[in-house]
Amino acid sequence: MKLLKLVPDHTNIHFLKWRVPFYIISALLVFASWGLVATRGLNLGVDFVGGQMIRVTFERSADAPVGALRSEVDKLGYGEPEIQRFGNPNSISIRMKLPDGADRDPALSDKMSRTITAAVKAAHPDARIDGVDSVSGKVSKELGWDAFRALGLAALFVAGYIWLRFEWQFGIGALLSLVHDVSLTLGMFALTHLEFDLNIVAALLTLIGYSLNDTIVVYDRIRENLKKYRKMPMPELLDLSVNETLARTIVTSLSMLITLVALLIFGPAVIFGFTAAITLGIFVGTYSSIYMAAPILIWLKVSSKSFVPAEVKSDAQVARRG
Amino acid sequence: MLDFPRWKVIMLWALALACALSSLPTLASMAGVRWPAGLPEPKVNLGLDLAGGSHILLEADPAQVRNQRVEGMEESVRTKLHAMTPQVRVSDISNTNGAINFQVEDPSKIDAVREAMLPLTNGAGLTGKRDWTITVVDGNRFVLTPSQEGIDQAVTQAMDTAVEVVRKRIDALGTKEPTIIRSGPRRILVQVPGLQDPQALKNLLGQTAKLEFKLVDQAALPSDVAQGIAPPGDEIVPFAEGKAGAAPKIAVKRLGGIRGDELTNAQLSNNSQTNAATVTITFNSDGGAKFAKLTSLNVGKPFAIILDGKVLSAPSINEAILGGSAVISGNFTTDSANQLAISLRSGALPVDLKVVEERTVGPDLGADSIRKGMIAMGVGTLALAIFIIVTYGRFGVYAVLALALNMLMILGIMGVVGTTLTLPGIAGFVLTIGAAVDANVLINERIREERHRGRRVIQAVEVGYKEATRAIFDANITNIIAATLMFAFGSGPVKGFAVVLIIGIMTSVFTAVVMTRMWVSQWLRRARPADLNL
Repeated sequence: MKLLKLVPDHTNIHFLKWRVPFYIISALLVFASWGLVATRGLNLGVDFVGGQMIRVTFERSADAPVGALRSEVDKLGYGEPEIQRFGNPNSISIRMKLPDGADRDPALSDKMSRTITAAVKAAHPDARIDGVDSVSGKVSKELGWDAFRALGLAALFVAGYIWLRFEWQFGIGALLSLVHDVSLTLGMFALTHLEFDLNIVAALLTLIGYSLNDTIVVYDRIRENLKKYRKMPMPELLDLSVNETLARTIVTSLSMLITLVALLIFGPAVIFGFTAAITLGIFVGTYSSIYMAAPILIWLKVSSKSFVPAEVKSDAQVARRG
Repeated sequence: MLDFPRWKVIMLWALALACALSSLPTLASMAGVRWPAGLPEPKVNLGLDLAGGSHILLEADPAQVRNQRVEGMEESVRTKLHAMTPQVRVSDISNTNGAINFQVEDPSKIDAVREAMLPLTNGAGLTGKRDWTITVVDGNRFVLTPSQEGIDQAVTQAMDTAVEVVRKRIDALGTKEPTIIRSGPRRILVQVPGLQDPQALKNLLGQTAKLEFKLVDQAALPSDVAQGIAPPGDEIVPFAEGKAGAAPKIAVKRLGGIRGDELTNAQLSNNSQTNAATVTITFNSDGGAKFAKLTSLNVGKPFAIILDGKVLSAPSINEAILGGSAVISGNFTTDSANQLAISLRSGALPVDLKVVEERTVGPDLGADSIRKGMIAMGVGTLALAIFIIVTYGRFGVYAVLALALNMLMILGIMGVVGTTLTLPGIAGFVLTIGAAVDANVLINERIREERHRGRRVIQAVEVGYKEATRAIFDANITNIIAATLMFAFGSGPVKGFAVVLIIGIMTSVFTAVVMTRMWVSQWLRRARPADLNL
């Protein structure tokens, strides 16, 4: 059987030749993402801003009657609803701020959800209430803080681990490429206004783990080559390492994308945002392991000496003891 | 590396099969096949977001616990001061700013009073700290302030009791498999799978069910009461809603009443004349004795039956009630009377609980998600299997076999550990499948490379596994770090996702590295190929 070869055997692409323009593009993209998050903002779900979200599916309609719903809910006097489609065109979520005083008396928010669901069901007999989420302001603040802390700690811990296993320059490279990947994903959420909820934080954490896979594979090869080719100039050595691992990078990224695209197309609508975040992250992560994580080592002055002196020292110690 | 001793082969297969076989009950239930009774049944449970149900997070207010402690202390202090011999003249006993104040008129008695107060302030437990601090200001004014340690401990105790009370009440509703756990120092998480309308549950948990019997102060001026001005030693209590024609508020004596917590039973009953729903309570011997004393000392006077700070009714005591039971009437429906009976039977909550987070998921959405998740998983796995086999041939087949084994092992271990599959968990499962082949890709590419460098077949395979394992290990450790933090900080469904990831990372290293290595070496030993089609 003739096997499929997506990447020819001995590639010699000069990735690093373009490192400066790519660094500029990456930096611009990261700043653009932050700018988008600052100006357009994230479409934060009730998990992080508090409030009530009612999910409704209209079983016998092709399209949810968003306009009608907006005025029906508005009439109830709880303020203006935020209505969004998610997944299928006949599924929507209605988001409301909690009524004043609901923090002291939860019965008020109960009353609101009952009033709204009753009104929706009365006006649309085919409405199926799929879920009601009520999150108080206090809990949402804590959830937001927990999410922020988890992301920060995860990034620091994995970077620390890479520092331990490699050298400090590699830890910084990993941290930078993580910041890059997470920033761009946040930028996508600001741009598309897909809902940003707790699940998306889980997706970002997954991303931190998986986007580093590529980085680690490239770093592992760089370390190996640094020991093997003591005299090779750094840019050349990095190019060699990236080229040697290129086939693996392409096949693995494709494998992940195959399953993720299946999940995007056929999977549950409720986790569309979650899957989209991871899919984008895999793309960005592959790019950043080649163009962020590797070239940074040149600027941080990594060379064969970064690994060799440690070994010489340990040899000397052994000799002294003997 | 061709040398795989027989015991090792047997051990690896035994481990793999044991995990994989544990997935059978889960697979059977997914396929709708009944699992034979009597066999062990380690099944993966579906989370609320897939099975539907209610998730309710309740929170207590520590300030309330503090106030209750101060009130209780005030009674103890009064009793103690009255009982002192020789008598001490004390004035101005009050409860201000969360502390108890009183004035001793004869300054020479200060030491005696302090001596009498000390036993009341001893802390419970082993902290060695006092629950209250005694200070004397202006020469003769005592101030008793509750210490933070004492309050913290009281809150902890109150929460322990509250969890028990919540459990009893939910059990009384007859719901299936509720989960009730403490969450942090002052929260309780309640999850009830399959519950669609949590209203009854919330009503039940929202009712503190603190029942009190207090004497009505008939001397209070109606105009003061209407304005909410309490005469000394009194408090103004509003009537429960829906009592037409009655005064909206009433003045009762703050102290000297009894609490309705010493009960042996509470039942729904009917008033034979009006046919209105009532609750009949039965005191235990202590409670019965106190109730008998209260009623026999106050025949002819009205007393108020107060539930959670609202007056249900204020009947006159016609005669001493010595039988140890009483009927509570109020503006009840059969439902609300029954609910009160359940609440009283389970005991009062030591603190009010408020709902701070609530999530309810309908059953259809979950079923839809499972169906779509299955389809996505099927399509994704099939496409991936084809891709890997056309890329790596025989080595690809091994990778796909490892993948299949991996999927069964994840399900099996999830069942044995008793984890819950959530909606993001399905995504985690699919993602694990995609990521698991990375180990095989790394190994196979390395073998390819080593062959190009001119190593012989067996050596290439050996070096390929050895060199690739290092990167596989490092990459998986970082994934475990991220997943562990997700587990530590995530809530419900996110935790479920983290568990799937962690289990999947471990099984995938086992199947993709250890198992394929065994298969490859067995094949190499059998076939002795001169070249690899890789």
